[in-house]
Amino acid sequence: MTEPGLRPGMRVRVRERPVEGHVRTPFYIRGRLGRVERLHGRFPDPERRAYGGSGLPPVPLYLVRFRQADLWPDYAGGAADSLLIDLYEHWLEPLGDGHGA
Amino acid sequence: MAHDHDVHAHPPGRDHPVREWEAREAAIRGLLIEKGVLTADEIRRKIEEWEQKSPALGARIVARAWLDPAFEARLLADANAAAAELGIDASGVKVVALKNTPSLHHLVVCTLCSCYPRALLGLPPAWYKSKAYRSRAVRDPRGVLAEFGMALPPEVEVRVVDSTADCRYLVLPMRPAGTESWDEPRLAALVTRDAMIGVARVAAPARPA
Amino acid sequence: MRAMHDLGGLPAGPIEREGHDPSLAERRVDALMSLLMARGVFNVDEMRRTIEALPREIYERHDYYERWLHTIERLLVEKGVLTRAEIEARLAAGPAGA
Repeated sequence: MTEPGLRPGMRVRVRERPVEGHVRTPFYIRGRLGRVERLHGRFPDPERRAYGGSGLPPVPLYLVRFRQADLWPDYAGGAADSLLIDLYEHWLEPLGDGHGA
Repeated sequence: MAHDHDVHAHPPGRDHPVREWEAREAAIRGLLIEKGVLTADEIRRKIEEWEQKSPALGARIVARAWLDPAFEARLLADANAAAAELGIDASGVKVVALKNTPSLHHLVVCTLCSCYPRALLGLPPAWYKSKAYRSRAVRDPRGVLAEFGMALPPEVEVRVVDSTADCRYLVLPMRPAGTESWDEPRLAALVTRDAMIGVARVAAPARPA
Repeated sequence: MRAMHDLGGLPAGPIEREGHDPSLAERRVDALMSLLMARGVFNVDEMRRTIEALPREIYERHDYYERWLHTIERLLVEKGVLTRAEIEARLAAGPAGA
């Protein structure tokens, strides 16, 4: 069973994987930089379960935080506004416990 | 063939003519029962089971959290276990509670489909499942809140949570002023579904006449 | 490339706040969905995969529970539980009572 590789506070970039078929990583978040907020646990991989597999071994699932100002070029809300989204580990590229926002 | 009919050819009505898709549902259901995959009784009981689920369940959890800080801490750590303490079965899927504060307001959406904490709130409202909400909640949450009559100052962090995986989110709204002496059932009656999704605050009680 | 169901961030108009409580037929579809998944006929990820692969005109024009019914039918046929011929024959035979 894979040990979770990411920790809260780590900076991550959402991978831009060329996939067809069922994925749970929305288009709007791909390629974006965020920070791991928490580990939810390990869950069966929906991308494999969608085609009849068991989705095992389970994959770590993280809640990841992004600044809205980083996601939308014309974002007109508050500077502190954020977006949190559940993402599976194989979609996240660790950038280390960086400095800065 | 039935499927060539325009689905809007028949006006909606209680009796005849039944809409094409409703006839299709009846045909599929009838075949499943005939083949022993399901029974009519199971289907009826499942409908009743979902009718028992309503926002009143989530409201009890919110009211208890307002009254009991230790319960609130347990709710934030493990919402499924906290719900079970109140006899509420949310065992099917992981629920996470999100606490609103004076400086933080949460709004929940499922952009990819319509994931919703059904075990605690019952069936989702049509607007939550709509393309407009799913498209705009992540990009323009303050605009969406404004449509629901909510405005927040820019210093308050609006935090959108997109439930894309196996977790469901329940917003723990702030307790309104003027309820200091209230007991749990009275508090629970104030808590709306919309406040637990994050498109509304829990309204302060009107002053007694 | 953005798939048809992947709506986050797309422009959209006002949110239609008025909606109806699900009708009995819609509650039946909901119950069928729950029961078929609980019975292990298909899982939630297969269900989502199937919705996401619906023809665009169905995804965009049909209501929520109609889309679910299309999805249930496709999965039942995919899994060999029912055949299209059986379903069409049953429909042609007409309503046999609720």
